[in-house]
Amino acid sequence: MLKVEKVYKTFNPGTINEKRALNGIDLVLEEGDFVTVIGGNGAGKSTILNMIAGVYPVDQGRILIDDIDVTKLPEHKRAKYLGRVFQDPMTGTAADMNIEENLAIAARRGKRRFLGWGITGKERESYQEQLKALDLGLETRMSSKVGLLSGGQRQALTLLMASLEQPKLLLLDEHTAALDPKTAKKVLDLTKEIVEKDHLTTLMITHNMKDAIRLGNRLIMMHEGRVIYDVSGEEKKGLKVSDLLAKFEEASGGEFSNDRMMLS
Amino acid sequence: MAALINALPGSVAQGLIWGILAIGVYITYKVLDYADLTVDGSLATGGAVAVMCITGGMNPYLALLMASLAGMLAGLATGLFHTVFGIPPILSGILTQLGLYSVNMHILGKSNQAVSVDQYQLLVSLRYIQEACITAGVFCLAITLILYWFFGTELGAAVRATGCNPNMARAQGINTNHQKVLGLVISNGLAAASGALYAQYQGSADVNMGRGAIVIGLAAVIIGEVVFGKIFHNFALRMLAAVIGAILYYIVIAIVLQLGLSTNDLKLFSALIVALFLAIPHLKGKYFAKRVQKGGNADA
Repeated sequence: MLKVEKVYKTFNPGTINEKRALNGIDLVLEEGDFVTVIGGNGAGKSTILNMIAGVYPVDQGRILIDDIDVTKLPEHKRAKYLGRVFQDPMTGTAADMNIEENLAIAARRGKRRFLGWGITGKERESYQEQLKALDLGLETRMSSKVGLLSGGQRQALTLLMASLEQPKLLLLDEHTAALDPKTAKKVLDLTKEIVEKDHLTTLMITHNMKDAIRLGNRLIMMHEGRVIYDVSGEEKKGLKVSDLLAKFEEASGGEFSNDRMMLS
Repeated sequence: MAALINALPGSVAQGLIWGILAIGVYITYKVLDYADLTVDGSLATGGAVAVMCITGGMNPYLALLMASLAGMLAGLATGLFHTVFGIPPILSGILTQLGLYSVNMHILGKSNQAVSVDQYQLLVSLRYIQEACITAGVFCLAITLILYWFFGTELGAAVRATGCNPNMARAQGINTNHQKVLGLVISNGLAAASGALYAQYQGSADVNMGRGAIVIGLAAVIIGEVVFGKIFHNFALRMLAAVIGAILYYIVIAIVLQLGLSTNDLKLFSALIVALFLAIPHLKGKYFAKRVQKGGNADA
């Protein structure tokens, strides 16, 4: 499904701020995999997601989605295969456009846009139903500007947008990190629901180790731009936070004792 | 006072003609979030092309179309400077605008070319102000309606999304570079149409006629927003607010001229007005932020 082959990425090469974010990372996702990604700050978690999405070009290596080499494709062309939800609730939606317009734009991901109506009456009905299923009361506010919604509502809407036109791969970049615990839980439950309903292949970064263990069928830990731990199936189900912490310690020589990850 | 009232119809006519430019500036500045200075050049290009076409015997409607196409090319140039060569928005516009000075000189053959309403059939003329108001008003309405339709299409929605949140737009498969170029092309086509009508209205095209056009356009957009922002939520009405802003701008100009301001000082006056209106939201934010902070300290 997804193949990341020996991808390297260095930011600001040759300067004092040089940072090797990805160090020959290899990663293969099978159809239907729901993989949670954990790792300390600067481990390269967000970078690998951005590389898959085409936000920056790779220095070296290849990225394949369903055996299509997307390494050289620009971000907007890869969008056809990808659903994305970002850490910042502001990033995933257009604040000055209303809820139904945002959904209509998402429904046309990967399709040619020309002079057809931006949204049709039939679409409106379907969006209303799907918003109702979110149970956030958004179905009565279809013509409200998205900028008026709360962070949690915006993330829920972005999730719906990401799955409206079914993606081959769903990329979630700490999409609940900016939310309060209660809202975060609601958005995570919704994530689980959507992923399971459509059997979406998913890559989810999280800072919360309990979530990383609880959700998905596979867990990977990244450190210094590589995957250092990859566990799935029964073994993953049996994991405890203390096991993960021990792995971190082992990988980093105790430097994680101050990391914010300890708190979650 | 009587002189002022006599001047009013002329202000309305001028405002409606520049209102077309205001709609163009609304598209770049408000919809695309792109401060495009190309219009200073493309407005004059529109005037130059229209006048040369009309004096060459072309039908004035066709001449208007040619002028718009020339303006669109100018917008395309700016768009390519920005998206292909990575030049920052403001600088891209300045480069095109500067280059257009030479282009406009070539089109006109000299710095000023007259087109008399006695010799040619013109769409608008200050000799017939009432008719000019009607014609320019119809153009403004028609353009607003067409754009209202366009921004409701899939393509138009993509342009709006690009201006609102380029990250989201790209994540949804929108080529943001294409949308920016498209917006600039439309905007400068309108600026040129505005210039084409203005040249006919004043009876000549001048290579300097576009100087400061962006400031007038911005003034119109901002005045429209300040006056109607709270009551106009519909997209079409917001574009019309910019047109009304242009009319108000020219009425204010007529008033200050009556009050004795020299025409030489007009540009300074316009610049200060726009600076003031642009500063208001910033200063307001600062003022309120301070108040909140003080309140917090008092509680502690």
